[in-house]
Amino acid sequence: MIKASAYTFKILRYDAMKPESSPCFSTYKIRVIPGLTVLSVLIRIRDEIDGTLSFRSSCRSAVCGSCAMVINGKLDLACRTQVAAFDTDTIILEPLPNFEVIRDLVVDMTPFWTMYEKVQPYLIRHSPVPEKELPQSEAERLRIDQYVNCILCACCYGACPVLARGPDSDYMGPAAAVKLERFVLDSRDERPAGALDVVNDEKGVWACDTMFHCIDACPKDVRPTDAIVGLRKAMVKNRFQKMLGKAKNEA
Amino acid sequence: MLDHDILIVGGGLTGLRAAVGLCDRFNVGLISKVYPTRSHSIAAQGGINAALTNNPDSRDDSWEKHTFDTIKGSDFLADQDAAEIMCKEAIGIVYEMEHWGCPFSRFPDGTIAQRPFGGAGYPRTCYSADITGHVLLNTLYERAVAKGVKIYPELFVAGLCIEEGQCHGVVALDMKTGELIPVSAGVTFFGTGGYGRVYQHSTNALINTGSGIGMAYQAGLPLKDMEFVQFHPTSLIGTNILMTEGCRGEGAYLLNNQGERFMQRYVPSAMELAPRDIVSRCIQTEMDEGRGFEHPLGRYIQLDLRHLGSKKIIERLPGIRNICIDFIGIDPVLEPIPIMPCQHYSMGGIDVDKRCASELPGFYAGGECACVSVHGANRLGGNSLLDTIVFGKLGAQAIGEDLEDGVPRPDEKAILRLKDKVEEKFRRLAAPGAEKPYRIHAELGAVMNEKVGIFRTREELEQALDKLIELKRRYGDVGVSSPVRYMNYELTAALELEAMLDVSHTIILGAILREESRGAHFRTDFKTRNDGDWLKHTIARMGDDGSPVLSFKDVTITRYQPTERKY
Repeated sequence: MIKASAYTFKILRYDAMKPESSPCFSTYKIRVIPGLTVLSVLIRIRDEIDGTLSFRSSCRSAVCGSCAMVINGKLDLACRTQVAAFDTDTIILEPLPNFEVIRDLVVDMTPFWTMYEKVQPYLIRHSPVPEKELPQSEAERLRIDQYVNCILCACCYGACPVLARGPDSDYMGPAAAVKLERFVLDSRDERPAGALDVVNDEKGVWACDTMFHCIDACPKDVRPTDAIVGLRKAMVKNRFQKMLGKAKNEA
Repeated sequence: MLDHDILIVGGGLTGLRAAVGLCDRFNVGLISKVYPTRSHSIAAQGGINAALTNNPDSRDDSWEKHTFDTIKGSDFLADQDAAEIMCKEAIGIVYEMEHWGCPFSRFPDGTIAQRPFGGAGYPRTCYSADITGHVLLNTLYERAVAKGVKIYPELFVAGLCIEEGQCHGVVALDMKTGELIPVSAGVTFFGTGGYGRVYQHSTNALINTGSGIGMAYQAGLPLKDMEFVQFHPTSLIGTNILMTEGCRGEGAYLLNNQGERFMQRYVPSAMELAPRDIVSRCIQTEMDEGRGFEHPLGRYIQLDLRHLGSKKIIERLPGIRNICIDFIGIDPVLEPIPIMPCQHYSMGGIDVDKRCASELPGFYAGGECACVSVHGANRLGGNSLLDTIVFGKLGAQAIGEDLEDGVPRPDEKAILRLKDKVEEKFRRLAAPGAEKPYRIHAELGAVMNEKVGIFRTREELEQALDKLIELKRRYGDVGVSSPVRYMNYELTAALELEAMLDVSHTIILGAILREESRGAHFRTDFKTRNDGDWLKHTIARMGDDGSPVLSFKDVTITRYQPTERKY
């Protein structure tokens, strides 16, 4: 038989609608069998112990990006983190950093999506559409592979030391850079060089301190810093070409 | 009050495709209870079917052959005109998604890669590794952003407003503020997904409660073919996370505890790539007859990928490998994957025609929440992603046609009356109650699993019905812990539970009534298909006492006369 072990869950609670209250930890003792994930324990706590606990969840298989949070100091998806993965019987859960908390583990994702939309996160083409598919080689497809894997969970955004300096930083964050680079590197994309201007400043790719926290935090092995460095290189190259009078037609 | 010409509920593939098709001509709003990229479409892995003939082994493929496979797979319950339309549209749909930037995997010649899937005569499943739903959903969300579609994330629809034979819109809960928002719309389109979570064991996301189906049914719309529930052959034991059919498409074996590829004994011609209903029954039989493996998380069968080699596994099935490592600590390069069948897909749904139109002017539905029917009694793998996008597109076209003479004027008073009713429901749920929603949900899931599963009998189905009626009664005593309405997931779960009970009621009654075995509905007391009596769709309407009243509807047959379904 599987033996359950006793765990203590400490969860940071806060309700933004009650600004007079301050964040504090609720403690739950719960018996957990090996193999259970943090998300499944959260669901049990909400169902059986405390119906007021708020957290997001959907796919429970690490593909939808709903349940990013801080688990014993580490940013990850609650659904793919095993309770038994830590050398301790105390699990501390906190909401994603660098966001305003709405309630408990639920944060306001609006700034994240605003930055996402800012980079024109879609394929841009001007050439006529062929009858069949646009050809793309296996190597060209592989070039965008890591960026395609992004699930927009915002672990990288929560881990970013630049964003941690406060809301005034206005930094685009790692995920938006990943999305932009995913299209810039796509052999089918025809965005003009000027499309990078929107992130070619101290609030865009030049704000990154290349501390690589985003890479550590990504649950899908995406390397946002690669995207940021790639975009910087493209910008320098564009500028160089412009100086040589070879800039792409901006039309 | 929010006001739109067209209101789309659901931010998955169907809803987004419909929105993209309509937003240039109409004032469109899209409501989703989650951020759209959290929708369950994201979890589809294996691929989308279209007869592109890119695979060297599929040069002779055609949309007609795709149609035939779909109809045969449906055990001849699909409406053949609708299946033809879907399979014909498939080719253009896949190219369109590619033109919009969808990063499909590629063959060496630069064309979209295609793999074999169950029940298909040719390898026609277009894919992007094992994250096809992820790339399709992201592409359509990107398209919606590009076109400036008005999206309301985290608005939870709490009621559908139908009065005087017209649909006027919905009442929605803003989950962030807790405010109840009336939304008026000339046309409402549901792309709200399936009901997997009425089963204890399901591959579905936690958000797949079927509340959209239930809400439409409670508002008076008929549901179709609800007894047809797909059980996927291969879900990971414990968490029931999907292990894509693409594993078997790439050549994986199913093995029992004798180390035998047991499909040899059942369907030697198709082996592991027989359709899902058949493979699930074979696996269940092996386990029932003592040839499964025992594990603390449950009995299982092995899905063995090892002979494919690490290169192919890492290239084609990287997500599967990661899920196995993260969730059960097994690397499929080195060890077989422990799997069991479980609920996966809802063939039935809101009764609509091939234009996604319901019987009620101004209300349309598409994708998994709807039943056109293109999947009949059993859906083929790779046809659900297809269904979602094709019928998102065709639904949008139909709405555009139907609104040529102007947008119907919704009755705002009717919506405000519904808002009062929803307020009342909220107050009732916030009052102290003896029952907690999760307990009723858990008991519902257990009884659906045990008594309304892969093999069914009248006796067990009637036991399930008794239990369902008990749960419905107990639902009257449900109370939630807090009256707060913002980010109160216990409250939204309680609201959805009512719909889940109603949806389950239609599944159970349909299964009791249908005294034959067809596709995914297998009655051990009526083991064969009976076209004489049962080549017809089941229609369920909510009766005056809240129980379903069943009737029937003809199946559309065009060129394919029903024959014995052999593989």
